[in-house]
Amino acid sequence: MSLKRVVSVVRKEVREFRRNRFVIGTMAVLPVVFLITPTLTIFRIPDSASGPQVKAAVGVISLLMLIVPIVIPPVIAAYSVVGERDQGTLEPVLTSPVRASELLLGKAVAAFLPSVAVAYAIYLVVLISVRFGAAHVVRTAVFHPPQLLAQILFTPLLALWAIWVGIGISTRAGDARVAQQLSTVASLPLLGFTSLLSFQLVKPSVPLAIGLALALLAADIAAWRVVSRLFDPERLVTGHRRTDALPRD
Amino acid sequence: MDTPWFRRRRVGVGWRPITWQGRLVTVAAVALAVGALTLLHASSARVPIVILIGAVYAVVALATGGARPAKAAAPQDEPTDEEAEIGVGGVEQRRALRALTSGRVSTSLPGEPALVVEHLTKRFGERLAVDDVSFSVAAGEVFGFLGPNGAGKTTTVRMLATLIAPTSGTARVAVLPLDSTSGGETRKRIAVMTENPGLYLRLTVAENLEFFAGLYELAQPRARIVQALAAVNLASRANDPCGSLSKGLRQRVALARALLSDPAIVFLDEPTSGLDPVASREVHELIDGLRERGVTVFLTTHRLEEAERVCDRVAILNTSLRTIGRPDELRDRLFTKSLVVHTGAPLTSPEAVFAVAGVDGWRADDTTSYVLTVSDARTAAPAVTRALVAAGADLLSLAETQHSLEDVYLELIDNDVEAAT
Repeated sequence: MSLKRVVSVVRKEVREFRRNRFVIGTMAVLPVVFLITPTLTIFRIPDSASGPQVKAAVGVISLLMLIVPIVIPPVIAAYSVVGERDQGTLEPVLTSPVRASELLLGKAVAAFLPSVAVAYAIYLVVLISVRFGAAHVVRTAVFHPPQLLAQILFTPLLALWAIWVGIGISTRAGDARVAQQLSTVASLPLLGFTSLLSFQLVKPSVPLAIGLALALLAADIAAWRVVSRLFDPERLVTGHRRTDALPRD
Repeated sequence: MDTPWFRRRRVGVGWRPITWQGRLVTVAAVALAVGALTLLHASSARVPIVILIGAVYAVVALATGGARPAKAAAPQDEPTDEEAEIGVGGVEQRRALRALTSGRVSTSLPGEPALVVEHLTKRFGERLAVDDVSFSVAAGEVFGFLGPNGAGKTTTVRMLATLIAPTSGTARVAVLPLDSTSGGETRKRIAVMTENPGLYLRLTVAENLEFFAGLYELAQPRARIVQALAAVNLASRANDPCGSLSKGLRQRVALARALLSDPAIVFLDEPTSGLDPVASREVHELIDGLRERGVTVFLTTHRLEEAERVCDRVAILNTSLRTIGRPDELRDRLFTKSLVVHTGAPLTSPEAVFAVAGVDGWRADDTTSYVLTVSDARTAAPAVTRALVAAGADLLSLAETQHSLEDVYLELIDNDVEAAT
């Protein structure tokens, strides 16, 4: 594993994202849409609101904040392999010394960094809004330490999972648009997981948050290995599945 | 994005708008922030709203430009498109090529071939793409690989570049066996220029090369990028987005990318496709330069005159290997040598005239034109000339028939087509 090669892939990908209107549009618009609803909701709740009312509102906020890292990354990740194949840039890359695991890790990190940055930025804006604009009962509920910890820990781990799902689909999809649609659909089951926490159907506690985060981390690492194995240069370049011992290491 | 709306300040933080769109966004953001502070002066929501406006503005600025002005990796005096297309300064190119290839450690033992291919076969399902191909290429040789569309040229290159696995057969590429353990090391020693340049069109020329310099883990990547661009006469376009270049210039960027890592073997797939004659000549000179520097060049091309001009040996492939050798060898192997004689009037007794040493047979093309089959044109021609003069013939011309590589190619491929039908 060469860190230098991974960094090169990350740098190239980020440069491409920054000049791609579709990617930037998605990354700029979606979070803002997700920001408007919770901001308006929390300002409407008075100090006299009942416990269930506050819990429901805070649940919606938490859910939306965890949806951001699930929804944004697949848009980028799904394009990463099949998009390169479509524009003819994949073959020159595959004839360079880069390994499949390095290439995919670089692409994942490149999708991860802006996605998580945006998700954290949005969450920060919500926290500031709550701190300065929301009623006391809302502040108390939002700044509940296990909830905060879960949000901070799960944001990158969920994003990473969504990215590996997106890249995995991208290595097998016929074209970029199909890959993006499938990736978004494939990320939806994660919403069930986040809903359990957001609406406190599973009561968040510090040990639970750390335990689940470790489980997610293990799943992310496993996903990297699985997706690296799914990556078949022969299929990507020729359209035919490999039938022999793969010379690529 | 063609023109960035914002540009990072050279010093400090923040962006400055550089187009009317950027200025419009800036004015709108300031107006919204001032409006929010004024209208919501009594509300505690004004702070988060202003932060939100600032965040959105930052995202837009970052998205629509945001890069610091690039450090020029090239001279500041930008040439016109025409100047870049035509190319100037062959001396500079040769100097750059020398610099690029000066640090390479030979990957072959003396006398050991750069490429050895033995019984290489590739099937895609039921379709046989490459059938039992064997050949070897000496180190420093320029080897032409010719064949019609679908003949298996690109598939062979892909197998040798470790991109796809052979169905059977073996190969040694830059001394390394083609197996599952040496793929990465093999790819470090070779470079492949694919037919499609495969450039990232949103990135600049220098950024494209920088990416590959990173993949090859090159030391001093900036210097090598400058040298590679100079070698293909593109130094002045380093900071141009690849999307703004013509097809020919993109081809040259791809060539620069192939030279970047100073490979022992360069696979060039149609390197002059889309290039004008002057640019094609520059590429041929570049290939000559690579040969002089001991780089092995594996050239896939449809342009037979190109193969004849630059290749030491050529192979003609049509799923299986049809022939291999030096272009003149192939001509001799495939075509009998002949002399064509034109006279002012019909010969009265051609049988007697052409009954000279070195002439194996003859036929009349028309009443005053004769084709003689000879074993050696150099010895037969003077004897035939003397016999014609002695017979009182009005000799207009006597010439050896010249067969081009194209004749060889067409002869072989036509035979295949006939055999198939």
